[in-house]
Amino acid sequence: MNAPARVSYREALREAHREALRCDARVFLMGEDVGRYGGSYAVSKGLLAEFGPERVRDTPLSELGFVGAAIGAALGGMRPIVEIMTVNFSLLALDQIVNTAATLRHMSGGQFSVPLVVRMATGAGRQLAAQHSHSLEVWYAHIPGIKVLAPATIEDAHGMLALALADPDPVVMFEHALLYNLEAARPSTWPRVDIARAAIRRPGTDISLVCYGGTLWKTLEAATALSAEGIEAEVIDLRVLRPLDDETLFDSVRRTHRALVVDEGWKTCSLAAEVMARLGEQAFYDLDAPLARVCSAEVPIPYAKQLEDAALPQPATIAAAVKRLLGRP
Amino acid sequence: MDESSLTPVPLAPELSLQLLRDMVRIRRFEEACADLYGQGKIRGFLHLYVGEEAVAAGVLHALAADDAIVATYREHGHALVRGMPAGVIMAEMFGKREGCCRGRGGSMHLFDAGTRFYGGNAIVGGGLPLAVGLALADKMQGRSRVSACFFGEGAAAEGAFHESLNLAALWRLPVLFCCENNRYAMGTALERAHAETDMAHKAAAYRIGAERVDGMDVVAVYEAATNAAAAVRAGSGPRFLELLTYRYRAHSMFDPDLYRDKAEIERWKQRGPIHNLSNRLKAQQQLTEEAFLALDAQALSEVAQAVTFAERGTLEPVADLLKDTYTEPVA
Repeated sequence: MNAPARVSYREALREAHREALRCDARVFLMGEDVGRYGGSYAVSKGLLAEFGPERVRDTPLSELGFVGAAIGAALGGMRPIVEIMTVNFSLLALDQIVNTAATLRHMSGGQFSVPLVVRMATGAGRQLAAQHSHSLEVWYAHIPGIKVLAPATIEDAHGMLALALADPDPVVMFEHALLYNLEAARPSTWPRVDIARAAIRRPGTDISLVCYGGTLWKTLEAATALSAEGIEAEVIDLRVLRPLDDETLFDSVRRTHRALVVDEGWKTCSLAAEVMARLGEQAFYDLDAPLARVCSAEVPIPYAKQLEDAALPQPATIAAAVKRLLGRP
Repeated sequence: MDESSLTPVPLAPELSLQLLRDMVRIRRFEEACADLYGQGKIRGFLHLYVGEEAVAAGVLHALAADDAIVATYREHGHALVRGMPAGVIMAEMFGKREGCCRGRGGSMHLFDAGTRFYGGNAIVGGGLPLAVGLALADKMQGRSRVSACFFGEGAAAEGAFHESLNLAALWRLPVLFCCENNRYAMGTALERAHAETDMAHKAAAYRIGAERVDGMDVVAVYEAATNAAAAVRAGSGPRFLELLTYRYRAHSMFDPDLYRDKAEIERWKQRGPIHNLSNRLKAQQQLTEEAFLALDAQALSEVAQAVTFAERGTLEPVADLLKDTYTEPVA
């Protein structure tokens, strides 16, 4: 049977799960509606039939309980993947992730590692209002002891899971909900990716645009529009939100001398703030202009489309911010 | 001592003496900790187990070497009975490199991979889901081990308690839930925190076989835990023990203990777990006062050696501050 010519972000993730479940008997997936329902974003559709209810394990609505149980299972020799339906619900499990998964290795003097992968959907843009639209990646990126991934491309969606599973420490993976339907031609073989470096998704000379997850595609769209006006923006996809790859950022700014960060998180105490602080601390003399950022408006994300659109970074607002920074009309 | 507390001890004499010895070891260890805290040798939070010794001693002797233990921030006694050397525990509290966690955990975070001792958890209820997961791993890998989880009645008000009991029962996991009901969540009395004050009843609502046990009687604890652990090991799902006990000392070294009646403390002291057992063993000619004093002297000597070991310990270099945040160093 020939594989279809096109593949989506969702399917890439599903294939990564299938490969992980096939290759390693210790791997299992658990979460709300991952089994019979097929996953609330349909990532795990079909996996129950292939791997059975032990390894594609439906849980009750107990985020704290099943994330904690996954930590315990990891300590007990398994390699759990926990799907938390969305980042919004992950707040119910924050205690186990922050107080247990992140601390255990250090607190035990190196005796116990927690090889756990937690996946969750994140982000706004589907008129789901204030309780289903958070971008709280930075909350997790704040915590020493965990690693934070944000696959923005189909290749990363496929490749990051296996690397996260191979990591001996807890890894939290954010999948922007608007990316699941992203589609591209299926690669003949999946490329190797890493979980160490940021990626330059579009080379440019005039400014470095730093983004991650769902904002990558908006930023690329802005960069294309700017190119038509003679501005060549370099687009950097952070990919790994903790630990941040400073070198790729500094290297880019050394060439472009300007940087703007695009972040769907709220501006105050955002990941953008962290990136800007690092550039300010370590690349200050490479800069020809103040650092800038485009973040979400400081408001619970509203339901009405025009309000939601206005609350989030958009290609037009990104392009406008770049032009302001460059002093262009 | 009333007459009923002199009921015969139906255990092998050697085991009875071991239970007694371990309770005395905990008592002496905890008393030393209180002194050392006063001297400034131990810092941070320190929660003592004085009065509750029968629970750790009785339950842990009912478990096997490859079972897992998840405990709370009041866990020195559990670590000691489980087999962690007193010196290693004391060195941890002294913040020394020779401590079980190289001085990174302290009193509330004792860990030992060798005895499958998974902490030492300072988030009330935080250990419950962990024990459920350890049990899930055993079940998925076809091992017949027990994961024993200690927690207080205070934890039973947390969501983690209810989520964990539900998961363990739903998936029939080999967890032995051990609720150390000492009647106070820090300063909040049982009746002021729980609409249903019977913890075993809460567990029964999740269809978990549950039993209330006199936690001041180590024999009762040992027998109940032995039966419960056997049932768990046989694959019949989780079991729940509510161990009715009492702490004689304040919640922590910062607690002025103003929320309970001194007469109440005295009443519970009359039922002290060490006297409870030693008097019964004496009554059935399995223990003499001389033997008891010798056992106590042995415990004191073990603690003294532990303190010396901790005193002589070294400090982890500050250069290693970030060590073990990740398995492999991260830039």
